[in-house]
Amino acid sequence: MSGPSTYDPKSGLEKWIDSRLPLPRLMHDTMSTFPTPRNLNFWYTFGGILTFCLGVQIVTGIVLAMHYVSTSALAFNSVEAIMRDVNYGWLIRYVHANGASMFFLAVYIHMFRGLYYGSYKAPRELIWIIGVLIYLLMMATAFFGYVLPWGQMSFWGATVITNMFSAIPVVGSAIATWLWGDFAVGDATLNRFFSLHYLLPFIIAGVVGLHVWALHVPGNNNPLGIDVKTPQDTVPFHPYYTVKDAFYLVLFVILFASFVFFEPDFFGNPDNYQPANPLVTPPEIVPEWYLLPFYAMLRSIPDKLLGVIVMAGAIVTLVFIPWLDTSRVRSCRFRPLMKQFFWAFAVVCVILGYCGAQSVEATAFGVPLVWVARIATLYYFAFFWLIMPIVGLIETPKKLPASIAQSVLGDSAATPAE
Amino acid sequence: MRLTKLTRNLALGLGLGLLASHAAFAAESATARHHPKHVEFEFEGPFGTYDRGALQRGFQVYKEVCASCHGLQHIAFRNLADKGGPEFSEAQARALAAAVKVPAEPNDKGETTDESGAPLTRPGLLADRYPSPFPNENAARANNSGSLPPDLSLIVKARMGGPQYIYSLLTGFHEKAPAGFKVPDNKHFNPYFEGWTIGMPPPLSNNGVTYSDGTKATIDQQAHDVVTFLAWAAEPKMEDRKRMGFAVLIFLITLAGLLFAAYRRVWKDAH
Repeated sequence: MSGPSTYDPKSGLEKWIDSRLPLPRLMHDTMSTFPTPRNLNFWYTFGGILTFCLGVQIVTGIVLAMHYVSTSALAFNSVEAIMRDVNYGWLIRYVHANGASMFFLAVYIHMFRGLYYGSYKAPRELIWIIGVLIYLLMMATAFFGYVLPWGQMSFWGATVITNMFSAIPVVGSAIATWLWGDFAVGDATLNRFFSLHYLLPFIIAGVVGLHVWALHVPGNNNPLGIDVKTPQDTVPFHPYYTVKDAFYLVLFVILFASFVFFEPDFFGNPDNYQPANPLVTPPEIVPEWYLLPFYAMLRSIPDKLLGVIVMAGAIVTLVFIPWLDTSRVRSCRFRPLMKQFFWAFAVVCVILGYCGAQSVEATAFGVPLVWVARIATLYYFAFFWLIMPIVGLIETPKKLPASIAQSVLGDSAATPAE
Repeated sequence: MRLTKLTRNLALGLGLGLLASHAAFAAESATARHHPKHVEFEFEGPFGTYDRGALQRGFQVYKEVCASCHGLQHIAFRNLADKGGPEFSEAQARALAAAVKVPAEPNDKGETTDESGAPLTRPGLLADRYPSPFPNENAARANNSGSLPPDLSLIVKARMGGPQYIYSLLTGFHEKAPAGFKVPDNKHFNPYFEGWTIGMPPPLSNNGVTYSDGTKATIDQQAHDVVTFLAWAAEPKMEDRKRMGFAVLIFLITLAGLLFAAYRRVWKDAH
């Protein structure tokens, strides 16, 4: 999309189309000849994997919607009918349910990769911010989707999350009622959640288009975090990265299939195989694993409104990262100090997730987990708002290589290759 | 490569840490349910399939013991003849259905009850689902001293601990309550149940059913059989799923091998 096009229409038909709707030119320039840094590693394959995940969720979701009934009386039984009476319904549903977890697994790796290599830094700020927006839309979509089977966790999860809005002063309870379409989570809520669950993936697909568009202007960042300088620093996207992405995608699908076929309920909660019952609250209301770190933050704050603000703040913070990082060097590979804070941050996120999965009174080695979560929450915010700006200023980065080509090919790069 | 190694070690360390921590400090109340017994079932693991004999015997236990209080609403009589299930013959499934009275449709006069006011019933057909023993929750509670016997179609998937938990519960009634532990009237002591008291009376007894295949009907045997049956009721497509899983994995691993070769070849001169 950026730079001169290398598309050369050969046949008369191609010329005819190119002068009217240059779609083949677009495909050629963005997916075939697109110059891509030659040093992208395994962690850079998750963009393609995520596109695959979105496609799988949309395709399986459309089929599931053909059999699903979004009323509280029938929703649970319609899901069981899919599992038992629809041809390969069990397969489609297990792919969709595990697909959500796989999608989040991939997006977290993708985000941590971006953080580690400084992919959010100029000129890629908008790619990152659009990515945060996609992440937010994914969380909303996943939440709506989890409500649809109308099991106990669906119902009570929906109740807990929507009740957060009632923490807003003055208008809170009116907003909650407006969201429910009723005075409690019920039929109206289920119906609108289904509608939104069907809508949002298409919005995600559109925003993914913007994400990729924004990526194709400056091109990929890379593990060295240095700019592409000469054509020798790059290889054409096809076949180099099409084949590499395909290989790692298949490895990812092997993991995906292992869950679908051999541990399909691994990520699920047994309570969600009990039909929703507004009169019986489950002993522990736990969200899906990918939301647990934020759930831990919410629960660690004694004040409801403050808890909601902190949780929302944790996500809003991500938008400001491009300007919070003051370092001149992108990649943590050359930032000895930041690298350590980064890994500590990754561990803190896992600790937060663990805390979110435990009961409120749980302790670890005599320490109440709620305090562990509080300290972890503190680190989460400190990492972005204090450590990032300060370390960027005081750290002495290691020496950067002269070019990508030199780093990959050694000194032979000094003499132009064939 | 250094990075991947670091990440792997980190993930391994975290995983081990979490495992250790799980064992070391769970927050448990005094009457938290005991850990389920260690029993193994034929249907577990990637190669596991349902034991056909256990499924048929388990259905007998369900029909003769459990069905008086517990429904099985997601199972239709036709499912009893499904491949991967108890695999009764179609004639057997038809006969099993016909032996059970199910709620009937309105008759030609539009009546839904007989002269005495009882709801009309008819013999079951293959297409009918297993009728629940009580017409509604209130009737179920009224007949069970206030407790609600849950539907069993999904019970194995709907309880933490799955088949081991159900097995332990069914075989855990003989254990003695600790001194000083009060079991309320109409409740029964069972340490595998959260809170240790359960509304269900001990359902199984030695030779409580008579197996036609000569298997000795001990409590443990009946529990094993009915848990196998209920595991199938919760996950009737498990055998299909695992079989397809192996085909899919073999395909994917082959494809990955081919792609790896292509990847190495394409990149041979690029780095």
